Amino acid sequence: MRSHDREQKWAALMRAALTGDEAAYQQLLRDLTPVLRAAARRGLSAGGYAGMDAEDVVQETLLAIHLKRQTWDVASPFSPWLWAIVRHKTIDALRRRGRRIHVPIEDYEDVLGSDEAEPTMLVEDIDRHLKGLPDRQRDVVRIIAVDGASIGEAAQQLAMSAGAVRVALHRGLAALAAKFRMGEA
Amino acid sequence: MKTEDLIRALAVDGRTPPPALGRSVGDRLVPGIIIAIGTFFALLGPRPGLLTALTDDPRVFFKIGLTFLLACLAAPVMLQLVRPGAELRHFSLRLAIVPVLLLIAVLLELFAFPEADWGIRLVGHNAAFCLKSIPLLALAPFCALLLALRRGAPSRPALAGAAAGLFAGAIGATLYATHCPDDSPLFVATWYSIGIGLVTAAGGLIGSRLLRW
Repeated sequence: MRSHDREQKWAALMRAALTGDEAAYQQLLRDLTPVLRAAARRGLSAGGYAGMDAEDVVQETLLAIHLKRQTWDVASPFSPWLWAIVRHKTIDALRRRGRRIHVPIEDYEDVLGSDEAEPTMLVEDIDRHLKGLPDRQRDVVRIIAVDGASIGEAAQQLAMSAGAVRVALHRGLAALAAKFRMGEA
Repeated sequence: MKTEDLIRALAVDGRTPPPALGRSVGDRLVPGIIIAIGTFFALLGPRPGLLTALTDDPRVFFKIGLTFLLACLAAPVMLQLVRPGAELRHFSLRLAIVPVLLLIAVLLELFAFPEADWGIRLVGHNAAFCLKSIPLLALAPFCALLLALRRGAPSRPALAGAAAGLFAGAIGATLYATHCPDDSPLFVATWYSIGIGLVTAAGGLIGSRLLRW
């Protein structure tokens, strides 16, 4: 029942998100994060990296969900799509650390959000990757993500057009995902 | 950067809805097919008397119909392969209709002709030309599909690339089939399969690198 309810809720939020509903999308990503965190911990410990910080995997998975959201077919259930992405990114993270393991997809069906609060420490990987971005993209991502600026505010601060900010933000996020993928650890 | 910060940036970027996957594949494939058709008319062209041949010899209708059917069945398999967690089984089972039909046609052909003729019908007039033409005609759709699939998320990138190669190879073969004077299912089963197989293998190789995410 519980997993049925959350499936309905996630699917509804994602359908709204795919039409450009920022609030629904932000709520979906916030709802998913504790579940992703629990899933990442489970995947990492299955791969023999129980002690490793799962937050890098959580962030990389969020980026993948975002950049690949057009691959969800709105007519099909949301959870199998989500778990396939989680599984792919967990295996990827373990492979970069030299492990090749099989993570069965059914293992995720019962994952519930972890109760632990979000780690308050800054996550190292993403900041290192952010530094490697072209200046414009890095500034735009940082101002919008960390300072919480809107597109308009970012445009004003950086003396760019709103359209250029949108493009730089999207390219910056895609470049971040690529850096995660290429990063060795 | 905290996860909450990242989510904020993702949500702002999410205000621009991404084009649907099927749509971006279509947008790229249409020019790819137009280039393939242009190449076809520039270098090959339909065989003389194509329309009468279609009605006179069921082999002609069969080979064009079968390659077209392959293209139609490969397309959904390719799309399912780039959607994480998507149902695949019944799409790939439907694809198996093509080799089954081909096998039946080959058996009928073997019964229809004495053993002495089999070799000639298999080799045909144009085997080497067929092997070159199918990949050549498939090239533009092939590039279009692989570029479009970069927006996808295949769990198995090599397999998704191979499916794109199969689809593009089937498009090339359908065009080539309207030119090719060799109609025997023995010829089709051998040379068309190798031609399409080459494009499929290339798709697998390129896909394993290009489609990783």
